[in-house]
Amino acid sequence: MIADMKSPLHLEPELNPEEVLNRASAFSPSLSELNSEEMILNMGPQHPSTHGVLRLELVTDGEIVIDVVPHLGYLHRCFEKHAEKLSYLQILPYCDRMDYLSAMNNEHTFVMGVEQMLGLKDKIPKRVEYIRVLVAELNRIASHLVAIGTYGMDIGAWTPFLWCFRDRGHILNMLEWVSGARMLYNYIWVGGLFYDLPPGFEEKCREFISYFKPKLSELNTILTENEIFISRTANVGVLPLKVAIDYGVTGPALRGSGLGWDLRKSEAYSVYPEIEFDIPVGQGLKGKVGDCWDRHWVRCQEINESLKIIEQCVDKLTGEHKRTTDFDPRAVCPKKIRPKAGELYFRAENPRGELGYYIVADGVSDIPKRCKARAPSFSNLSVLPEISRGVLIADLVAIIGSLDIVLGEIDR
Amino acid sequence: MTQIEISDLLKQKVHVDAVVPESDAAQAWIELQPDYLLACADVLRSDPALYFDHLACLSGVDLPEQNKIVIVLHLYSYPFEHKVVIKYFTERKTPPLLLNNQIDKTQFPIFPSVSGIWKTAIWHEREAFDLFGIWFENHPDLRRILLPPDWEGFPLRKDYTLAEKYHDIQIEY
Repeated sequence: MIADMKSPLHLEPELNPEEVLNRASAFSPSLSELNSEEMILNMGPQHPSTHGVLRLELVTDGEIVIDVVPHLGYLHRCFEKHAEKLSYLQILPYCDRMDYLSAMNNEHTFVMGVEQMLGLKDKIPKRVEYIRVLVAELNRIASHLVAIGTYGMDIGAWTPFLWCFRDRGHILNMLEWVSGARMLYNYIWVGGLFYDLPPGFEEKCREFISYFKPKLSELNTILTENEIFISRTANVGVLPLKVAIDYGVTGPALRGSGLGWDLRKSEAYSVYPEIEFDIPVGQGLKGKVGDCWDRHWVRCQEINESLKIIEQCVDKLTGEHKRTTDFDPRAVCPKKIRPKAGELYFRAENPRGELGYYIVADGVSDIPKRCKARAPSFSNLSVLPEISRGVLIADLVAIIGSLDIVLGEIDR
Repeated sequence: MTQIEISDLLKQKVHVDAVVPESDAAQAWIELQPDYLLACADVLRSDPALYFDHLACLSGVDLPEQNKIVIVLHLYSYPFEHKVVIKYFTERKTPPLLLNNQIDKTQFPIFPSVSGIWKTAIWHEREAFDLFGIWFENHPDLRRILLPPDWEGFPLRKDYTLAEKYHDIQIEY
């Protein structure tokens, strides 16, 4: 009796491997090309070290990554479609939500682009520009702290994460004091600002800088110079400069590969030409130029440079352009935002690289005809398959972390 | 280099008409014929006087009133620090709503892909394909990038009607 019973497994006992492959190829053509040792592994979308809802399809051979296929779009919120239905000021909060870790920088870029289209570029009061740069650089530090802290955590260092988030908390408290919100500010307006800085803010900035400088060197001692961290990141994920340029990689990832290119210098927008700061460039101090350690190191150095910029802004805001009772940050704000017919691609340096807005206006309506956002993380992520073929799965985690992606702006 | 000089050089090298419409300098752009696009792009990328090695942005724009669809390239040169805006137009066609295996590319507006010249265009062109329904000839990996593979329609087209349901789930607006 028992021998007569056929379980589903016994239905086709003669199935040979070739036939299995043939059937598989009918289901998915790429499956038939796999070697017997290779395995497809899904990483994400809910995975702590993909930094958001990124799904990576890995083709692995044991622990070695043969190929990586990123799948995007889990956080797609149709920014560009929304932008074609909303007025310029209404688009501004959507810009915040693209790169939610550096909303001030996003706002600043968009606002500068619209101001240039309106011909307001030279009419913005200096005090307003210095405040914008001040808050944007504070936000840049906060964003880099998240990048550094979570990168340490990806590698297995828990303490730096807590330290980074503690100090980021101080910055968020300050930005909350300025704008009323902790992450998505809507503070920089077309033609001006939501409000002037609250009284006492400049002193608080100075206090923060003197508090934060020793903390930063402490952080560098425990993380950047850490033997384990170095051996996990040096010589890993080397991004040659030629590949970086070919894939449109910008920001710290490009500078880590050895090109000292920063839009704050080369485009010289806002008041950056009046401010002194350096561009840190990866030198391959612990390994090859363009490895994960270099990208991380560039970010740490950039925090230092941002502190310098903040110091100079605070000096200007308490000296030359100090607070007066009759100062109105909204004085230049246009009542109606309707640029002339035309188009503009405006780009600026966001903590992750070149953020650009391509805006097309038709001249008769208050809403843009087309508003395309060129997100730095999008191009930075596209280089991932190129530099992670043949690495260990654990190193892939280190490479993703070093690229510092924000899925909010990749998916838009 | 100004846009006029760049366009003169293109005319000289590739013998095509690169049109620079009259407008103010900040917004000038060069129009290229899609047929000569790859030859021009190659010159733009590798000519020692131009050397546009950074493709900053590739955007699609839908112009239903002119019955055209356009791709805009924003190029930048790291060594020379000059930039140029390139546009190429084609007739606006309406592709099938759903992408499947029996897809007929002649129903799409077609451009040659510049991804062989700038690798970053691989993803940017996938995005333009995804949101505008533009076909890129000789693209290595042309499929949707931001939207799910079974999404119907191309949302950034001006005549796109908002989807009401996706997999029988009501979409709230």
